[in-house]
This record gives sequence, C-alpha cells and structure tokens, in this order.
Amino acid sequence: MEKHKKLSKQFKTKYFPLIKSLQTGLLLITGLAGYMSARCPVHNIPVLLGLTGSLLFSISGSTALNMWYDRDIDAKMPRTSRRPLSTGETTPREALIFGLLLSLIGTGWAFLLDPLFGVVIFAGLFFDVVVYTIWLKRRTAWSIVWGGISGGMPVLAGRVLGIGRFDWIGIALALAVLFWIPTHILTFSMRYHQDYQAAGIPTFPSTYGNQTTRVIIASSSVLAALSMGLAGYGVGMTWGYLRLLAVLSAGLLVLAVSSMTKPSERITFGLFKYASVYMLSSMLLIFAGGV
Amino acid sequence: MKKITILDRVLLLATGLLAAYQIVSEGEGLSSFTVGCYTVAFGTLLVAGLVLIIMGFEGLKNKAVVIVSTLIPLSLSLGLVSENASRFTWAYGIFAVVGLLLISITRYSSTGKFATIILAVVHGTAGLIIFLLPILLSVQGLKPAGYSLVGVGGALIGVGGLLLAFLRAGKPLLSERTILSILPLLLLLMTSAFLIGFSFS
Repeated sequence: MEKHKKLSKQFKTKYFPLIKSLQTGLLLITGLAGYMSARCPVHNIPVLLGLTGSLLFSISGSTALNMWYDRDIDAKMPRTSRRPLSTGETTPREALIFGLLLSLIGTGWAFLLDPLFGVVIFAGLFFDVVVYTIWLKRRTAWSIVWGGISGGMPVLAGRVLGIGRFDWIGIALALAVLFWIPTHILTFSMRYHQDYQAAGIPTFPSTYGNQTTRVIIASSSVLAALSMGLAGYGVGMTWGYLRLLAVLSAGLLVLAVSSMTKPSERITFGLFKYASVYMLSSMLLIFAGGV
Repeated sequence: MKKITILDRVLLLATGLLAAYQIVSEGEGLSSFTVGCYTVAFGTLLVAGLVLIIMGFEGLKNKAVVIVSTLIPLSLSLGLVSENASRFTWAYGIFAVVGLLLISITRYSSTGKFATIILAVVHGTAGLIIFLLPILLSVQGLKPAGYSLVGVGGALIGVGGLLLAFLRAGKPLLSERTILSILPLLLLLMTSAFLIGFSFS
C-alpha cells in the first residue's frame, strides 16, 4: 500500500506534468471528434477504446519528448522554469524513456488498429517531435506551421479510422486545427514574448512585430472558422448546429479583429483563451452534429 | 471593479448553454429572417457570456458593451415583430438599424445628453416590445399563456440592458458593485424565461 502511494506520488510529480494534460486532452477530443464525425453513434466500443488509448499515448509521448528536447530553453523561461525537467525533479533520461515508451505504445497500438490510422498518427508524432521541435523551432518563427500540421493529425487520424480512407472532410477538419493553431500559439507568444526572447526562440512577434502578428492571427481565425464551417456542413450538421458554429466563429473573429484594432494584453489573452473554448466547442458540435 | 467569482462563472456558463440550446433548437415554422434575428440575439448573449467568463467583469470596461447590450434586445424584438406582426417588420427593422448605428456613433463621438436620449429611446422601445408583445399575444389567445414568459424575459433584459448601458454611459442607476453582483443571475433568469416562453410558441 505504502509502495503504491509512493509510486502514485512519483507519477504525479515526475511524469504527469510532462504530458501537458490540458493540451493533450484537447487534441484527444479533436481525434475523437474526427472519428465520431463518421461513426456516431459508436457501436464498436473496442475500436473507440483503441482510438482513445493510442491517441492518448502518442500525443502524451510526443509532448514528453518535446519537453525532454526543450529542457534547456524551458529552464531559461520563467513560465516553464518550474517544469519537472527544469527543477531536476525528473532526470532527462527518465523523461526520454517515458516519452519513447508512450510514443511506441501509442503508434504501435494505432498500427495494430488500422495501418492507415497508424501512418497518420506516426506522421503527427514525426512532424511534432522531429520537424517542429528538433529541426525548426529554434531556427524560424514559421516552425508553427509544422506544429499546426502535427496538431491537425489527431482529428485527421480519427476521421481516417472512421471511414478507412482520406476524404475532404478530414482534410477540412485538419485545416481548421492548422489555422486555429496560430490564434492559439501566437497570442501566447505575444503574452510571453520576453520569455521566448530570453530563450532565443524566434517567434512572429519578435521577427515581424506585434501588429503583423495580429493581422496573421485575425486572418488565420477567418480561415479556421471557414474550414470548420465547411467540415461541419460536410459531416451533415443540421442548420441549428451550423448556426451555433457560426455564432462561436463570429465570437472568435470579433476578438481577433478587436486585438488588431484595439490591441491590449487583456484582449490578446482573452483571445487565447477563447480560441481554446472555440476549438473544444466546435469539436463537441462535430460530435453532436454528426449524430 | 468587482472580481468575478466561481458562482458568477457557473451562472454565466449556464446562461451560455441555454442560449446555445435555443440557437440549435429554434427555427421550426419560422422564416429565415426571424431565425436570423433570434440567432443574433442568443448568439450575442452566448459569446458575451463566454467573454465574461474568460475575461471577468473587466471585459465590461469596453465601450462596445453598450452596443452589445443594445444588440440583444434590438435583434430579439425585431425577431418577435417579424414573427408576430410581420407587416411592421420593415419599419421596425429600419428603426433598429438606425438606432444601433446612432448608438454606435454616439458611443465614440459624444457623451452628452444626445447620446443618453438615443440610448434610452432605442433600449426603451426594444424592451417594451419584448415585454408587451408576448403578453398581448397571450392575453388575446393568439399564443399559449406560457408564451407570456418571453415578456418576463423582456422585462429582465430591459432592466439588465438599461443598468449596463447607463453604467457604461457614465450615468449608473445603481452602484457598479450591485449591478455586477446581480448581473449573472439576471442573465440566467432572463435566458430561462425566454427559453421556456419560446417553447410554447
């Protein structure tokens, strides 16, 4: 019993913070939404469990590997300096093994479930860890495009698992996430630009200035809303759900334009949070609207 | 300014969910224009609720709050007119558009008496329509008695809208703290009254 308690505490402090639970949860929901856009109501519970498990493991694994690779810059930024790798709570070796293990289980499970689904999951992991984090993040502000592509993979994977092939709806859903990423990430990098500067990470605000960044945020919000609307129409959402999606999209656009015309830190961070609520709500609507 | 509490957030979330339900469920037997008006009203309520949950009452400092708090009653009253008194739709539609434009312009260019008068006239007219029209229709037997709850919602939105609009216009009717304390509950009661009332239509 005592040993069990100790292990549980160890997991909570050493490993759980490595998987960024909120971000992982949101991406997991997008994957489930992708699947349910084609297979709702769900009758095949083992497949649903497989989808949930493989996504959870692979997303958590790639996040842990990112943290392992970025441990030096995390230590330089006040916002991330209390992460377990920065404080020494978790050793780099432990984080690497944890990340690799989760990634292997996740992608392996995905390939067993469906090879095409496994390919998409692996592509997401590869783009996120190798292309985005290891190759581009410290070189160019444009790395977020690759981060966005990997962010769009769970929803695409879910859709692929649901219908057994790629289709335009899956692409539209992935594009919605891809275009949503700048709204999410760039508002964040504007708020914490000093942190990123201290760590030497090129961001849009530091490379192109805040106003250009705001224009990009507003433009990508429009594209995200359009892609989401297109996908919603494609999955056969009723007009009622489409209206609700349009309302939520309008809120995103109003905040994005406000951050451009009347910039303030409050609006920027409000937009960052609203963008998360928007993505979560849109995916829940894809769930509900697909029924 | 009063800090937003967890209870405030819960009440606002419940308001948002009810507004979202209304947006999804409305539409049967109504014209696209009427549905569009109701969608604007409940959509504004939903987004405003989410923004308040995220940004707290600080979000109410924005000058656009006056416009938003006018947009809800104007679009709702226009929807009611187009649904129940369609021959007045054009006339009232023009009044609504001109009223909203005047309020938007005076918010950014004038703070004098003119701005306050415009605000009172537009808000008052929209509020009276939302309050009286459903009750009249119920009394005349053209709608079920329960439909008069839309009127109750109208009374509440009238109170809430006026309190907020005059607060932002710099002429508060109650103290800011009192208004912010009752606002989330007022919004929830108002939305509930609308939802129940509209379910009888």
